[in-house]
Parts: sequence; C-alpha cells; structure tokens
Amino acid sequence: MQKLSMEKLDELFRKMSEKQAVYLPVDKENGAKFEKWSEGTKMSQALNTIRSAKDFIFPQTENLVDFKVNGKNIEVADTREECEDFVIFGMKACDARSFGILDKVFLSEPVDTYYKNRREHGVLVTLACTKPSETCFCQTFGINPAEPEGDVSTWIADGEMYFEANTEKGKTFIESISDMLEDCGTEKVDAQKAKINEIMRKLPLNNLKTDAFGGDKLNELFNSPKWAELSESCLGCGTCTFVCPTCQCYDIKDFDCGNGVKRFRCWDSCMYSDFTRMAHGNSRNSQLERFRQRFMHKLVYFPANNDGEFGCVGCGRCLAKCPISMNIVKVMKALEG
Amino acid sequence: MQGRMIEMAKKLLGDGTVNRVIGWKKGEFAYDITPAVFENAEEIDADFVYDDFCGHNLSKYLIKESKKDGKMLVFLKPCDTYSFNQLIKEHRINRENVYIVGIPCEGKASAETIKEKGISGITGISSDGDNFKVNTIYGDETVAKSDVLEERCTVCKSKKHVVYDELIGEDGEVNENSSRFDMVAKLENMTADERYAFWRNELSKCIRCNACRNVCPACSCENCVFDNPNSGVSNKAAVTSFEENMFHIIRAFHVAGRCTDCGECSRVCPQNIPLHLLNRKFIKDINELYGDYQAGEESEGRTPLTTYTKEDCEPSIVNERGCK
Repeated sequence: MQKLSMEKLDELFRKMSEKQAVYLPVDKENGAKFEKWSEGTKMSQALNTIRSAKDFIFPQTENLVDFKVNGKNIEVADTREECEDFVIFGMKACDARSFGILDKVFLSEPVDTYYKNRREHGVLVTLACTKPSETCFCQTFGINPAEPEGDVSTWIADGEMYFEANTEKGKTFIESISDMLEDCGTEKVDAQKAKINEIMRKLPLNNLKTDAFGGDKLNELFNSPKWAELSESCLGCGTCTFVCPTCQCYDIKDFDCGNGVKRFRCWDSCMYSDFTRMAHGNSRNSQLERFRQRFMHKLVYFPANNDGEFGCVGCGRCLAKCPISMNIVKVMKALEG
Repeated sequence: MQGRMIEMAKKLLGDGTVNRVIGWKKGEFAYDITPAVFENAEEIDADFVYDDFCGHNLSKYLIKESKKDGKMLVFLKPCDTYSFNQLIKEHRINRENVYIVGIPCEGKASAETIKEKGISGITGISSDGDNFKVNTIYGDETVAKSDVLEERCTVCKSKKHVVYDELIGEDGEVNENSSRFDMVAKLENMTADERYAFWRNELSKCIRCNACRNVCPACSCENCVFDNPNSGVSNKAAVTSFEENMFHIIRAFHVAGRCTDCGECSRVCPQNIPLHLLNRKFIKDINELYGDYQAGEESEGRTPLTTYTKEDCEPSIVNERGCK
C-alpha cells in the first residue's frame, strides 16, 4: 500500500493528466458530476455523482455509422473516433461493480466493439465511501463500499490518500505516479474500513435481502398481484433508468440528414411507451407491464442469464430521484412480504 | 391535519359518497412519499400520510382515475386546485366522478434540499412547525423549514382553493405580492448572449427522462409527438444542442396559457433545471400583453390565447419590445 498527502492531490492530477484525460467528480450547482480535470478543478466530497459513471463506457447517445447517398451510390462511413486513454478517478464501489455488470452485456458474444474500445482505454480508480446515505444498499448485492473494486482502490484517512492496485492495469497506473507516492502500512486504512463497515450496519436498508429473487422465481414473481399497486402511480418517465448505472437498454435509430442517414444509438427506457415497439406493435401496452419489466430484468432475468448476479448495485440514485419515490427497494420489500 | 383527512376519507368511503381515495402513502424513510389509491379503511389506517413532504400534485392522476367506474375522493392543496380546474376546462377530467376535499398547505419541503445541506443517513424527520429536526445515523440536525421549501412554495401564488366540494380548515387568499416573476425579470434584463448562456448551461444538463412532461398536468396528450414514431419528430435523445433546447421550448409553448405554474416540472427534474422559468416567462408575457390572467382560476370561458379581440397585440410586438 502507498499513500499521498491530500495537499498534493492537485499535483497528482496534473501529473496524471500529462498521460491521459482524468475525470473526477466535481461539485456543480445541481450536484456532483464527472468532469475532465483542468487546472483549478477540485474533487467533490459528495457521496456520489447524479449521473452514474456508465456514461464513460456507454454514452447516452453515440453515432454508430453514417450513410451518404450520392446518386445511386451509398457511401458507408465508420464514424468511430479514436478513443483517448482516460482515468475515472474517485468512482464509488457501486459504480465500479456496475461496470462488471455492463461488461456481461456488452463484452459477451457478439462483442460490442464500440463499448469494448472505450472500456479498454479506461483505468478505474475507486474511492471508498466515508459517509454512506440512507438510500445506499450496495451491501445487499455483496458490494463493500469499504473495499471498492476497480483497477486501483483508494481510501482517504487523516488528510492522506491511500492507494492499492488490484489489476495489472492498476499496477501500471500506480507505477506511472509512483514517484509521488510513499510506501506505508495498512493500519490507517484498516481502521477506516472498520469505521465504514460499522456505518453500513447502521443504515436503514442494511437488512435488505435478495433471497426472494433470482432466475428460478420467474413465474411466481411475474404473476404477483402486487405489480398493480406498485406501478399504479408510476409516471412512466425514464428518470430511474437514466440515472441507473446498470440499465443498459438502448435503441438504434436512423436520423435523416437529407442526403444521407446518421445511424445513432441512444439509451432507451422500458418505462417508455415505444420501448421494444416492433412492426406488430408493442409487447407491453400498459404501464404495469413496463414497470414490471424493469424490476423483473434486474431481479430475475439478469441473474437467470448471468450466474445469479443481480442487475442492481444498490447505489440509491433511483431512490433519490424518482418523482414519486417508487423504487426497487419498495418493490423488493413488497414482493418478498 | 392528517388525522382529520383520514377521518373524512373513512367517513366518505363508509357512507358510499366515494368508492376510492387518492392521497399519499408513506415510504421507507421519513420523506419518500408516493401518491396512492386507497380502497378501504384498513389501507388508509396502514399507510395514508399527509405531511410536509406531500408535494405531489394529484390532479393529473384524475385524468385516468376519473374515467374509471365509481367516485374518487381527492385531497387537493390550493395550487393543485388550479391544475384541476384547468383540466376541467380542457375536458380531461370527468368532474362528476371526483369528490374534492380542499386541504390547507403551508408550503412543502424538499428532501433533496435538506440533503444538499450535507445531511445524510436520514432515519427520521419531525417538525415543530418552523423547524425540522432531522435524525441521522451521524447525529441530529435542525433545519429551518423556510430554508428547504420547494421553490414554488417560497413564492406561493395562492392559498385559495379555486374548486372543491368540501374544505378542511379555512380557505386562504390569493397572494398578490408573490415574487414569482423576479427571476424572469432578471433574465429579461440580461443581454441576449447572457440569456442564451444561462439557458444553454441549464438545458445541457437535460437527460431527456421526460419526467417534467409526464408529471405536468398541462401535458395531457394521449401520445406525445416526441414519443410517436409516426410523427417524424419522435425524439428519444437530443442529437444536437439545438434539439436539446427545442424539446423544452416547444413544451413551454404547448402549455402556454394553460400552465398554472404548479411547479411540478422543476420539482421532479433529476438535474434541477429551473424549467418553471420558461413557463413563467410565458405567464408574465400573457399578463403584460393581454392583461392579468391566471390559468386554472376559472373552469370555463375563453382564454387570452384562444380568443381574438381587436385590442390583441400585433406580431410586431416582438420587434417593438425588442431584445437587449
């Protein structure tokens, strides 16, 4: 384990920025947001960003290909830009796990090369949480905010930042900044971990369990009479899906530019009335069905296809942002009850 | 208040005046309240809540609920009644299927604003009227209610119920001195470039979740043009910053003259974009160009933008008023 005085953080970001783009959470008037570091940028102390880190590897919109029509010829242009190396600094444990979940979707055959390209260029430097909120329930999904995953894990304790590499990529990264770091023992970090674990035990959602969910509970959960009441006041907006670090559904559309077509991909939301609309129409015509889809996907379909792993990381963004405060925690408690 | 509401709901359900009740249901924490329909006394006793966090405007739900069989009891705060009246005017609600109980409101609090003060790990919130005592796993905190009100409540336009079948408590007054147009005036006094920069900064935060549209009582189209793949302008994501701006501007135009300034758009925006300012600009302009008008004040009659009079301003007003 190595450490750095927090006073030297600016110097560290400056050094890191020489080799790659550095993104870190920055306080804005409406909450924290990942932004590229430039001279003067300060790292936010907020628990988490409003939008998740998935934007880096799965952006809300991206151009896939351009078709230019010229008489009887159609020119096909690959619009992919060369992806620069980047570091996401200060990601939290929940977002770090969400990358693993997204990998299962985009890196399984057939591999999504757009995603893979970005994923390979990024180094994830995570930061242990010091002040979890009542909306946090990452522990439900086996995530420990005291020991965040990622290429490098960091902790802040007593004015110092501690670093530990978890992967080869992480080791290379640490080497690139090693002249700024000094070797140290793990005592301070161990104490910090114990403190975080103690806080986690006090959180109101500490006892939320996943026992009632999983791939083998499909029929029973799908047919539950409780969906009607749970979905009753859902507005059908896409807030939960768009602030979610694991929601991965997208739509591909052609944008007519007059003399050609831009084919782009954008996030989609199962809450929307035209979600998975096909030639025959829509397969889920009521908000109940669309609402159910979101939670069945995370709690049943995803684990059924991914060795039991759930499609939620308990970051609590949907709890904080849903306009009517209906969310996965309330759904889980109602369905298991 | 909650006690009297529960009592009334149970009485009206019991004597058959209504078949269902729409109100608010308590959540996991002290503040995460959800609008809900209650069908019997047991459900009401178990979950019905009315407190400082019941900001949701229930009027829009009645578009759907009033088309069902039977009668629905709804509790409306003063500003919610303006939305209700406007929907009656637009023939979107079956009035005979709704029984309105007007309830007083002293302003609703925003849990998000409490959290923005750095308060986290909330396990309970209690109120003594002026202050909230917030219990957290990190210790107790006290915040003044006036510091954490929803924006719309800090500039409350009216405590008067414009429609109801029954009232709990005394009716209030229209607040003629609301400062709700102050920020609009400030924007009007900016140069065009400054104003453009202000709105680009705000609208570039938009994630197109459509929460503003879906919560809006004035947005009552069966199928929004932006959701309809056959419209040619269906717009799941903004391709350019121009489209990013236009979604909100078009929406503001569409609700102009019908928006009651209930403020739900800004309350629900996950990115805290001050969307109400677009609507208030239209309201202020209508007041100035056609005479004072408050949408939702009446449930019948013509409105400034749906009536023609010879005194109406000419399109040239745009040039005459100019732009700084």
